[in-house]
Amino acid sequence: MNNRFRPALLVAASVIALAAAAPAFAGKTLDAVKQRGTVKCGVTNGVAGFSAPDTQGNWSGLDVDTCRAIAAAVLGDGKKVDFVPLNSQQRFSALQAGEIDILARNTTWTLTRDASLGFNFTTITYYDGQGFLVPKKLKVTSAKQLKNATICTQSGTTNEKNVSDYFRAQNIPVKTVVFESFEASFKAFFSGRCQAFTTDASALAGLRNKEAPNPDDYIILPELISKEPLAPLVRRGDDEWFAIAKWVPNALIEAEEFGVTQANADELKASSKDPGQQRLVGTGEDLGKLLGLDKDWSFRAIKAVGNYGEMFERNVGPKSVLKLPRGSNNLWSKGGLIYAPPVR
Amino acid sequence: MNGGASRRGVWLAWAVQALLVLAVVAGAVWVVHHALEVLRARGVRSGFDFLTEPAGFSISEGWLDFDASQPFWRAFLAGLINTVRAAVPAAIFSVVLGTLIGIGRLAPHVLLRGICTAYVELLRNVPLLVQLLMLAFAMANLLPDPTEPLRLLPGVWLSKGGLSVPWPMVGEGGLHFEFPERGDFGVSGGAALSPEYVTIVAGLSFYSAAFVAEIVRAGILSVSQGQVLAGQALGLSPVQQLRIVVLPQALRVIVPSLTNQLLSLTKNSSLAVAVGYPELVSVANTTIGSNGRAFECIAIIMAVYLLLSLLISFGMNRYNARVALRGWR
Repeated sequence: MNNRFRPALLVAASVIALAAAAPAFAGKTLDAVKQRGTVKCGVTNGVAGFSAPDTQGNWSGLDVDTCRAIAAAVLGDGKKVDFVPLNSQQRFSALQAGEIDILARNTTWTLTRDASLGFNFTTITYYDGQGFLVPKKLKVTSAKQLKNATICTQSGTTNEKNVSDYFRAQNIPVKTVVFESFEASFKAFFSGRCQAFTTDASALAGLRNKEAPNPDDYIILPELISKEPLAPLVRRGDDEWFAIAKWVPNALIEAEEFGVTQANADELKASSKDPGQQRLVGTGEDLGKLLGLDKDWSFRAIKAVGNYGEMFERNVGPKSVLKLPRGSNNLWSKGGLIYAPPVR
Repeated sequence: MNGGASRRGVWLAWAVQALLVLAVVAGAVWVVHHALEVLRARGVRSGFDFLTEPAGFSISEGWLDFDASQPFWRAFLAGLINTVRAAVPAAIFSVVLGTLIGIGRLAPHVLLRGICTAYVELLRNVPLLVQLLMLAFAMANLLPDPTEPLRLLPGVWLSKGGLSVPWPMVGEGGLHFEFPERGDFGVSGGAALSPEYVTIVAGLSFYSAAFVAEIVRAGILSVSQGQVLAGQALGLSPVQQLRIVVLPQALRVIVPSLTNQLLSLTKNSSLAVAVGYPELVSVANTTIGSNGRAFECIAIIMAVYLLLSLLISFGMNRYNARVALRGWR
C-alpha cells in the first residue's frame, strides 16, 4: 500500500472505530487480550536493539522483549504477541484507535504525550539522549561545530524538535532535511546528502554498526542534546491493564536486583528461601491476583526474556551489535537510573 | 394539468435532493461529534487551538521563512506555499514537455515517434512514488559530495547539497548579486535549489508530461483531416498548419482533460513527503507527531487540497470558455 496514505487511513479507521465504540471501554483490554490469545504490540518498522525483525520475520529487541514478557505474564507464553510495525506518525493513532494493546516503540515520555493524547506511560525501560552521527572526514568533534551544516532526521519525532531547540539556543544556524521514514532519512545521510544525522544515541550506534558502508568512517559526537526516557505506553481509562504494563517491566528490573535469572529461575522456585526472590518466582505471597493474573506471572515473564540486565545485555549491551555501555541504564544500586518500586 | 404534474415533479425532485443533502450533512456531523465525544472521554485533547502555539520545529526551505518559534498556522502556510512552489513549475514544465511529446507521437519521423511513444508508455506505467525514489536515489549517488561541489560556471555549484546560483540581493550599495561560496560543509549563499525540490519538480513534470502528451495527441487527432488539407492548400508549412489551424481547434478537446491532469499533479505533489521536501503533508505529519492532533491535521490537508482543486478548476474552466469554439456552444 502507498505509504503516504497509511496515516490517513489509520485516522479514518480510528474515526470509524471511535464512532462505533462505546466510551465505556475501561478494564476491557485484559479480557480482550485473553479472548484473542495474543497481545497486540506496536513496534518500530526496524530499529536494531529495540525492535527489528530478522530474515525469518522473528522480532527481537528491548521493546520486543517487554511485550513478550507481558504476553508470558498474561497468556503464559512469550510468543503470543502480534507485532504491529508502525512509523512515527502512525503510532499514536494506532494506540488511540485500539489497534494495539500496548505501544513499545522507543517512544519518549513527554508531558504533551502523557497529558493530552489519552495515554499513560508505564515504566522507563531505557534512558536515552539525542546525539549526532557525522563522517570522520569532516573532522568535526563537537556538535557546536555544525554551523551551516545540513542535518538529516525523521519527521514527527522529538528529535526534530530537539534539533531546532538546541541550535536555536546556541545561536548556530543549521538546516534540517526531514524525511517521512527513518530508513529514507539515514539512507540520505549515508549517501552524503547531509553532514550529520540525528536521533537517539542508541539508534545511532545501531545505524553505524549495521547500516554504514564502513562503520569506522563515522563517529558519534559527544554531545547528548536531550533527555529521552523511553517507555511503553497504554491507553488511558484501563487501570487494570495499565498496572500490568507497569509491573511486568518492574518485576524484570527487580529480578536483576535479586539475582533471579532466566537460567536460575526454576532452581530458585524449588529452593529459594529469600522472600524477595520467592515473590518473583511465585512461591511467596500471591501478588498476581492483585493484577488480575495468577501467582506465576512474574516467574513466566523472567523465564521468557530473562531479567532486565539480561534483556539489556542481549539486545543493546556489549554482546549485541550495538555494543552500548550500561551507563545510565544500570541499576540504581550500581550508579544508574534503573529503579523499580518494590514488587511486594 | 400536464404542466402542474411536471411542476410537482420538479418540486419533489428538489425535496428529495434537499433531504439527501441534509441526511449526508447530519450523518457527517454525528460521526464527528461522536468521535470527539469519545476522544474527550479517553482524555485526548482536540480542537484547532494548537494553531496559535509555537511549532517547535523548523522548515529549512521555501519562500516563506519559518523558524521554530513561530506558530503552527504559519508552518501550515509555509507548507502550502511549498506545495504551490513545487506544483506550479511542475505544471508548466509538464504542459510544455507533454505538448512536444504529444506532437512527436504523430510525427512522420519514425525514430522520433518511437522515442515519444516509449517515453509515454514507460513513464505512465511506473508508479510516481517509484519514479521519485529512483530520482532521489540517482541524485544521492551520482552527484558529488557537498564538500567537493562541481563548479559548472563561476558562482554556479552542483552537489548533493543542491544547485546553487548567484542571486540578486538588496544591500546598502543598492542591488548586487550574492555569489554562492564554498564553506566547510558545502556551498552557502546565493539561491539554492535543494535536491529534494529538484526531485519533486522533475518527477512530477516527467510523469505528468506522459499524460499531457496523450491528451494533446487525442486533441490533435480530433481535428478533422480536412482542416489540415485546407491548411496545405493555403500553402502553410507543416509547423504553421499545426500552430495556426490544428492546435487552436484541438484545445477544446485538450483543455477539459488537461484540467484533470493539473488537479492530479497538484495532489500528487503530496508524495514529496517521501523524498524529504517540506510541503503541506510533511508539515502535517510533523505536527501529528508532536501533538497528536491527527483529526485536525487531516482535516486541514483535505480542506487545502479541496481549495487548490477548486481554484484550478475555476481558472481552467474560465480558460476553456475562452478557447471553446463559439459556434459549438
